[in-house]
Amino acid sequence: MKVKGLVHKYADNVDTDVIIPARYLNSADPEHLRQHCMEDIDSGFASRVSEGDIMVAGKNFGCGSSREHAPVAIKASGIALVIAEDFARIFYRNSINVGLPILECPEAARAVQAGDELEVDFDTGVITDLTLGQTWQARPFPEFIKNIIDAGGLLDYTRKKLSNE
Amino acid sequence: MGMTITQKILAQHAGLQEVRSGDLIEAGLDWCLGNEVTTPPAIKIFRQLGAESVFDKDRVCLVQDHFTPNKDIKSAELCKTMRCFAHEQAISHFYELGRKEMGIEHVILPDNGIVFPGDAVIGADSHTCTYGALGAFATGVGSTDLACAMASGSTWFKIPEAIKVVLHGEFGKYVTGKDLILHLIGMIGVDGALYKSLEFTGDGVKNISMTGRLTICNMAIECGAKNGIFPVDDITLEYISKTNPERYAAGDYKVYQADDDAEYEKVIEIDLAEVPLTVALPHLPSNTKRADECSDIKIDQVVIGSCTNGRLEDIRTAADMFRGHRVADNVRCIVIPGSQRVYREALDNGWLAIFDDAGCVISTPTCGPCLGGHMGVLAKGERCVSTTNRNFVGRMGDTGSEVILSGVPVACASAIAGHVATPDMIGGAYEG
Repeated sequence: MKVKGLVHKYADNVDTDVIIPARYLNSADPEHLRQHCMEDIDSGFASRVSEGDIMVAGKNFGCGSSREHAPVAIKASGIALVIAEDFARIFYRNSINVGLPILECPEAARAVQAGDELEVDFDTGVITDLTLGQTWQARPFPEFIKNIIDAGGLLDYTRKKLSNE
Repeated sequence: MGMTITQKILAQHAGLQEVRSGDLIEAGLDWCLGNEVTTPPAIKIFRQLGAESVFDKDRVCLVQDHFTPNKDIKSAELCKTMRCFAHEQAISHFYELGRKEMGIEHVILPDNGIVFPGDAVIGADSHTCTYGALGAFATGVGSTDLACAMASGSTWFKIPEAIKVVLHGEFGKYVTGKDLILHLIGMIGVDGALYKSLEFTGDGVKNISMTGRLTICNMAIECGAKNGIFPVDDITLEYISKTNPERYAAGDYKVYQADDDAEYEKVIEIDLAEVPLTVALPHLPSNTKRADECSDIKIDQVVIGSCTNGRLEDIRTAADMFRGHRVADNVRCIVIPGSQRVYREALDNGWLAIFDDAGCVISTPTCGPCLGGHMGVLAKGERCVSTTNRNFVGRMGDTGSEVILSGVPVACASAIAGHVATPDMIGGAYEG
């Protein structure tokens, strides 16, 4: 999978309370969540973001609450990929489970600027900043994630397991 | 190579003799937990899985607590969705509001004797790590993981590395488990234990009450940890003998000790006597400072409660603090007993009257203001000292409001003083 899009850049420790504030958790509808995504940290995000854009952030992205609504909101916004220095563990797991592509790449996460155009090959992990003319190699995807992705995601992985029993 | 307590519990639940950090395992679960925010999406996925029934109706806990009593129509719909599912599946650990078993999820699962030492638990709530206080493995997950676990009774884990936190000595006056965990998060940062276990040990453990341990493990997630865990000792056994005498008598639990040659990524030594009364200033739990250095900070509200500090000992401490005192004129103080049992104890012991005399609001058990839901949401420019667990931007209301985290004694002293305060500053505080 290759994606090409403009960068929305954020700092370290972006928590799930600012990705989707709890006051909007009274519904899990992706369209409802999309409208309020990033509202408390970047109030113009929902109107500015375009399909295929890329979110880039610093360390510990998605820390805090376990709400799966957070990766769902980002995905519903049209974001094709999130690149960060690293991710909080529950967010990391939730992103895989809901099918939001994520990559850990500290070098790219630090160098890339808001508004840059990025081209990313999700399968090889090669990240190219077309604006800066720089390329980085993201950490290879861990084996255990591949196993779940190969099965078609956690839903299909579990479905398969249940039918075997 | 030896194993940590967490590694031993996970190995046992995966049917393996040995595991090492980085291994991927599939583990059977003793308990799955969801609340009214995270369970409705899980129910949708459960249906998509084609699952007809949960793996064990007695091992799934569904708790309505975040926006209850329902704050609006959408919240009512979330609870209704979960209630219908619970009834359809004949879930035994689903309780209606106001019943004696009811309350905030992480207060009632330990207090009702559901979680025991050696259990493996996942919950679609990040503070599920609370139960590590009992020597259980417990961690937070999302709704998809909950759905699959409710159907299959198992889930996958990556075996975590561990950080060993060695505790020595005893706390000083008024210092609690909350001060310790804030102090630790301040030392290592909000990502200081990312993906790892925090394993507490040392001669200081015996000097920390079960309430203190639950508070400490509750906030393990706030430094990114997968779980926090305490060794099982006499305090643990005394606690579980009361919460579930039958299971205790049957010996249906497992006590694990870390091997002497278990591998730790890092060892942190803390002298409990050196831990000061600590607050975390806006907007990260790691932004800690000594409480006595913050007395110039004026406040508008105090919240006492939550899955972090809403237990019986916390509410008793609050009553001791407020006895003979009044909340400052310019402050609202909201006291939220963490469960119906805690509420009833507070009623029977006359603590509610103390709160009422002091000018506090007394709320039914709910997560409410902790996550900006209801029962004490802040306006722009307002500041709250809170015994809850997060002080992120907008956590308790407007993005221009502020939350300062503290333990119960500092929160009560602050409510009385009208600014961030320690018990010594208000005079006549109880004897700790």
